[in-house]
Amino acid sequence: MFKWRSDDFSWVDFTIDVLRVLIVLGVVVGAWNTLSSGRISFAQWVNLFAAGLSQGSIYALIALGYTLVYGILLMINFAHGEVFMAGAFSTVFLAEALNRTGFLNEQPVLAILLMIAFAGLVSMSVAILLERIAYRPLRGSPRLVPLITAIGASFFLQYTFRGLYGSGFKAYPGVKALQGVIQIGGISIPVVQVFVFCAALLLMLCLYWLVERTRVGKAMRAVSENKEVARLMGIDIDWVIMFTFGVGGFLAGSAGVINGLFRPQGVNFYMGFIPGIKAFTAAVLGGIGNIPGAMLGGLFLGVIEAIGPNLVLAGLGIPGANQLKDVIAFTMLVLVLIFRPQGILGERLSETKA
Amino acid sequence: MKRICLVLMLLSLLVAFGGSAALADSHCMDALGCVELGPDDPVVIGAMLSVSGATSFYGEDSLGGVEIAINSRDGMLLGREVTLVVEDELCSAEGGQAAAQRVAADETIVGIIGTTCSGAAQGAMPIISEAGMLMISSSNTSPALTNDDTDAGGTYLPGYFRTAHNDLFQGAMGARYAIEVLMAHSVATIHDGDPYTEGLAVVMAETFADMGGDVVFQGAVSKGDTDMTAILTEIAASGPDVVYLPVFVPESEFLTSQLRTTPGLEDAVVMTADGSFSAGFAQNTGDAAVGVVMTGPYVAGETYDEFLVAWDDQIGGQPPSGFHAHAYDAANILMDAVEAVAEEMDDGTVIIGRQALRDAVAAVENYDGLTGSLTCQEESPYAGDCATGTALAVFEIGEAEVMGDWPPAVAWDLSMSMMDE
Repeated sequence: MFKWRSDDFSWVDFTIDVLRVLIVLGVVVGAWNTLSSGRISFAQWVNLFAAGLSQGSIYALIALGYTLVYGILLMINFAHGEVFMAGAFSTVFLAEALNRTGFLNEQPVLAILLMIAFAGLVSMSVAILLERIAYRPLRGSPRLVPLITAIGASFFLQYTFRGLYGSGFKAYPGVKALQGVIQIGGISIPVVQVFVFCAALLLMLCLYWLVERTRVGKAMRAVSENKEVARLMGIDIDWVIMFTFGVGGFLAGSAGVINGLFRPQGVNFYMGFIPGIKAFTAAVLGGIGNIPGAMLGGLFLGVIEAIGPNLVLAGLGIPGANQLKDVIAFTMLVLVLIFRPQGILGERLSETKA
Repeated sequence: MKRICLVLMLLSLLVAFGGSAALADSHCMDALGCVELGPDDPVVIGAMLSVSGATSFYGEDSLGGVEIAINSRDGMLLGREVTLVVEDELCSAEGGQAAAQRVAADETIVGIIGTTCSGAAQGAMPIISEAGMLMISSSNTSPALTNDDTDAGGTYLPGYFRTAHNDLFQGAMGARYAIEVLMAHSVATIHDGDPYTEGLAVVMAETFADMGGDVVFQGAVSKGDTDMTAILTEIAASGPDVVYLPVFVPESEFLTSQLRTTPGLEDAVVMTADGSFSAGFAQNTGDAAVGVVMTGPYVAGETYDEFLVAWDDQIGGQPPSGFHAHAYDAANILMDAVEAVAEEMDDGTVIIGRQALRDAVAAVENYDGLTGSLTCQEESPYAGDCATGTALAVFEIGEAEVMGDWPPAVAWDLSMSMMDE
């Protein structure tokens, strides 16, 4: 840092350092202004934080799909948001049916497990088909090719689902067991937020166990390390890649249901687009290709989005601070790309991966 | 030999075209030219709607209304088939411009229903107006579009009409209801950055303040937001009696359902506008929607129920947004005007004067539409506004609407207002 004082002065370093100082200054001044004004009480900050954590855990579940695929194929699967949409959109019909029969409120645990399993299976099938049809034939082609294909596949999936279910909005029915709040010393946190966080955490632990402790996990790590050597060791690479897409798809599908319980409205064919790019941001933030990185990146992004506008932007006197939530998210992406391209947890990538 | 045949065919084609052109010249007395339909030609109506991407449900909502209007005449007009040409306006000025160029290039199109978005209309109108065509929008609400004062940001051009409500009417109506009926002292407004919602929020806040109320918060969310905790926390700190959120679904659904669980806002009255005026809003928001008041088109009555049945029959399900009734009226006004000005020649051709068509739409008075009584006005700032504000009402959502009953009963309209116009 501050290399520009010495002989090897460069304008790029200088600009980046100035940028660093300005950002730190802005954050500190904004936060100071907000906190000293007392506009938002401590209990409200906790509420914002909790909501951000829940939103972040949904980002994290989707981000894992990006990171798993990147880790193994070095490609960004830009259709992953649509994999999320596929599970969430399909399951809304199951949820409505379960609600009509009363099963959803009588046996909420079973019903939610059923919904997660169904959404997981739908998204998994979509992800596996996507890999088989759109990506496998292009394996080994220049890196730009599968990237463009992913964007095409994304449109294809969106409009397929629009054709299937129409363009209107649907909503998940409310689950009575998840309504209400938990009171802890004057702070009230909605039950559904606790549920979302715990469910997501559980799924992430399962994934960690799968990757680190099982045979197939070992095979995944081997393929991500070096495909050719893995093949020589007798690993069926095609199968492992398909399995990886399947796992990412399952996580995205379950994220769809968890998202539906947390934020019930807004289910339509386009719903995967924004969570998709947010989760991609989260994956890059944490260090793409790095599994704990995606989890951390997702949670971090969710919290920054929830707190940032009120803490920093409103404190700097910027009007309509809440409208700039996305600006915060994507500014984070740009900042990470400038200052720490490998991400928060990312290791320095080797030549072949970078 | 072949070549000679070809040349002869080309020549005969040329003669045929030249002949028909000469024929058009001889019959058409209209200042803007005419649409000429041969004995077997269909009547072509253009639709420039947002039918792809995130805003496609507004476009499909209007498209359904237009299709039902055409089907209600068995798909026939002037004894000919009606063909609908749909162009995507992408909900942007560039998209509107591109769509307008494609439509204007097709000289058989008699008139256009569109656009969905006000921004697209601003891109499209210069081309449509120049081509002598007319366009009736079912969902543009920006005040600029019917204002010809360019210094005040007006962009009105001849040939523009709309059956949607100018924001100036609807925002003021919301403010009056809040003060006169809800006895509200303070209001918080939320828009989503769209000129439509921002216009409504600003007009509502200004009128509310003029009438002696206190505007305690003016803020915005962005389209695509699902988590509204941050803005609602901020609003709760100012403790308003009424929260005015004239935004579209699904943002209005997220706001309403999360507002009910925000400490400090449990008792605030939620007020929305016609961007959320659809059966889906009540169903998707669930119990939190009970007690929500909304301004919207005066659609109560049997004809609207019949329309909904027709929608379920012909398109399936229920309309995805709140502009289908406006689109139905717009299409009917256009088709009525075509019928009124069409002149049939002895040889079976029909000519339709473009200026005459514009005049016929402009002369619409007390039209009994699905959205109430429509009278097209000519004076700026309401030039081309066919919805006059009397066709608006305030509705309140109850338990029945949450269970799928639609539309709700009218709670209030301007005739019940204590103030004089």
